[in-house]
Parts: sequence; C-alpha cells; structure tokens
Amino acid sequence: MSAQTGTWRAKAGLAQMLKGGVIMDVTTAEQAEIAEEAGACAVMALERVPADIRKEGGVARMADPEKILEIMEAVSIPVMAKCRIGHFVEAQILEALGVDYIDESEVLTPADEENHIDKHPFKVPFVCGARNLGEALRRIAEGAAMIRTKGEAGTGNVVEAVRHARTVMGDIRRLQAMRPDELYAEAKRLGAPYELVKEVAETGRLPVVNFAAGGIATPADAALMMHLGMDGVFVGSGIFKSSDPFERAKAIVQAVTYYDDPAMLAELSRGLGEAMPGIDVSKLAEDERLATRGW
Amino acid sequence: MTTIGVLALQGGFREHEEMLARLGVATRKVRRAEDLDGLDGLILPGGESTTIRRLASLHGLIEPVRTFAQTHPIWGTCAGLIALANDIGGEAPIFGGLNIRVQRNAFGRQVDSFETAITVPTLDAIASEDERGTPFPAVFIRAPVVEHVGEGVEVLATLEDGRIVAVQQGHVLGTAFHPELTEDTRFHRYFLHMVQSPALA
Repeated sequence: MSAQTGTWRAKAGLAQMLKGGVIMDVTTAEQAEIAEEAGACAVMALERVPADIRKEGGVARMADPEKILEIMEAVSIPVMAKCRIGHFVEAQILEALGVDYIDESEVLTPADEENHIDKHPFKVPFVCGARNLGEALRRIAEGAAMIRTKGEAGTGNVVEAVRHARTVMGDIRRLQAMRPDELYAEAKRLGAPYELVKEVAETGRLPVVNFAAGGIATPADAALMMHLGMDGVFVGSGIFKSSDPFERAKAIVQAVTYYDDPAMLAELSRGLGEAMPGIDVSKLAEDERLATRGW
Repeated sequence: MTTIGVLALQGGFREHEEMLARLGVATRKVRRAEDLDGLDGLILPGGESTTIRRLASLHGLIEPVRTFAQTHPIWGTCAGLIALANDIGGEAPIFGGLNIRVQRNAFGRQVDSFETAITVPTLDAIASEDERGTPFPAVFIRAPVVEHVGEGVEVLATLEDGRIVAVQQGHVLGTAFHPELTEDTRFHRYFLHMVQSPALA
C-alpha cells in the first residue's frame, strides 16, 4: 500500500493528539515563541486577537500570509489559522501555505450566510465552532475534524463557553437516554444527519475532539471547561491581553492537565497579575455577538 | 493483576487506555511521580513533545520516569518515541533511555501526515493465525523518524524507502506511528507480552 495523505484518520488524529492541551492565539513570531515555551500544544496565527477585532470593528478577514508564515517559521508546534465562514478560497490559500489546521471561524466576518465550506476535499483538517449538538454535527457532516465551543470570543467572559459546553454535553446525554426509534425524529429536531446522531447516541460523545473556546481568561476558567467534559481549551485574547502573558500561559497549560486538583490550581493562580479586562456579555447588542454567526 | 500506566500530561492518552481496556487490562493515568508506584509498564502517548517536556519537568516526573524505565517495560508512540530518544537532533533528551537519534516532524507539516501499511515481523510472536504475516496499518501524524540506531537497538519496521519507524531496545519499545488510532491491537498485545515476559524485563 502506498502512503495516503489527507485521510480522515490523519485529520481527526491530529486533534486527538492535541487533547489535554492549550491552543493560544498569537499575532507575532515572538508571541508564538512565548506560547511554545509556556507549553502550548498549538498556536492560532492571527493579525488581531478577538478583543481587538471587537474593538476596531470593520470586516475581519484571513490574516496576511506573511504574518502566518513568520509564525510557522518561529515554532515547531502546529500552527492553525482562521478563514471566514464559507470562504473556501481563503481556506485554499491557508492550505497552500501549509498551515496545520484551519479554523472556519465566526470571529471573522462571515463570507457566506447560507453555506459553510465543504471541508471534505481538503487535506488540511478543519476546526469549527458550535453552540449545541446539532450545530456540531452539521459541521462534522461538512468535514470538520475537530469542534470547539463558540463561547463569546474577545470578552474574557467564560459564561457563553460554559453555556455551549453544557448544551452540547446535555444534548448528548439526552440522546443516550432515548430509544433507538426516537433517534430519527431527534435527528430532524437537531437538524443533523441521522447516522451521526446514532453514532453519538451509541458512544456518548462527539465523533471528533471537542475543545472549549471563547472567553477563557484564567487557570480556573480552563479547569472549569475540562470538568464540563471538554478535551482541551483555546485561549484567545486571554493570554496576550493580560499583564504577564508567559506566567499566565504556563499556568493555564498546567491547569488543563491538573484540572481536578484544587490545591494545585490555587498554587497556579497565585500572583499572575491582571487578567484581561472582561465584558459583560449580557450588555452586548445582538449584532455585537460573534457566536450567532454560523448556523 | 497487570496494571499499565499511561502518561497523561497531554495528548492521546485516552486512546491507549481504551485499547488496553478492550484487551481487559487495567490502566492508570500518570500525572504525578507517585502514580508510577506498582505499575507493571508505562506508555508514553503521542501529543506535543514540547508540551510534555514542559509539564514533566515542572511536575517532577523526569527522574521518576527515567528510574521506572530502567527496570520496567516502557513504550513511546510518536511524541512518546521522541521523549524516549537519547538524541533529539541536538536538543536535550526528555526522558531518554532509547539509544537512537530521532528527527521531529520528519515528514513535513500536517498536510503531509499519512497512513500506510508496514510489515512488522516481530508481531508474529503474538499474532493469531489470521493475523500472521499481514501488514500493520500505520498512521503517521506530524511524525518523527529514527535517523540513527545505536548499539543494542533492534529495528522492528521501516517504510518502503528504508526509513526506520519502529524500534526495540530490550524492554524499551518505540513507534513513530499511532497503533492506538487503529483497530489493530497487535502492538498493544506485543507490549503486554513484553510486560509479562521476565526475560525481557
């Protein structure tokens, strides 16, 4: 047998190897090196972190390839990059650059309000955001090899990530309690393919790795998301918008591994300086919410 | 009763635990030095080797794992193989114990990750009649290769181009690929065979 690249097992498998880890947003080679040194299992290469995208407004697009390449050269851990929802040409460009994972992300301004990208033809794997099980399974049906909660990026407020994690896990538990003949109607209600619904009902978990994202700012936030059944965490603005990014990054990495050890978490949380300033999500206008992008 | 530890700092430890559970073997996650007490063998899973290095050194696991590996069977897959290598292309070893030089990310980036079938004659020691001589499905994800093997290291498998992807040195086993991501249990059974053979330990 000759070697086959871009297989489902290779794409979903990389996410499996990221489990128990922290993926950090970075905007420069120097930040990427700090993240790697702190123990990040991957970095997300961006032009602006979500907090700045939120502040500055305007159309947020894929980062400049120059920026992404600079970050890819700086570190040996996997480098992810974001494209706009539905913008398959941005995704093709990111694949041509050789990024290790593409995030089809609601943090950028959507390019298509009907369709997400058909992710199957790509050799590079995709991660997509989801607020509930139906949304997660629709993304997986389109070829996503990894799921993350949407949370509410750039707020430093974990409340939406908690809501989305509890919703996905609660939806899964409900499926498990159903009779097999009820799964057909449930698939219709979820708006997800029956085969995937049936698989989740049988295994009790998503068919791909599921990370937390959107508003995680402290070691305690990260540990909370692990308790809620997430496989790892993305930290966006939370690290490089804080007063001591290296120490905070290192502490969050350890908090994900030792999430069920409160004494350790107490030690890790000491003297980290100021966390990023947070935003009360309930005060955001509907059109300021990023999580409602995508469907 | 046999209990196998799986280093659970970061990475694909759950898949190893599930594979061992299917084989009816008890497992324990290893996150602290005391978790090693009473184990019969240890698996170092895939993940990011820089993350595993950072967590292992912050939490005092480097020396305890080294000591454990001197007297017990240990198996590293992908990042775990890197963690066992005595030479990581100039970087300091993580745990070490395997007399090899590895190259990290030897095949390129994620778009170059691949699946292939390899021949591993050693597995015939534990293979069923049906399995004997059949190729092993190997999944390489941003995988390392073994660039050089030193004294005492046996090469168990190579790719068609001759690059070394599985090795054994006494009770230390290393694979550049991920048997835990497949349905094929032979490598796990082979490791259990090592654990249960006093001659190897």
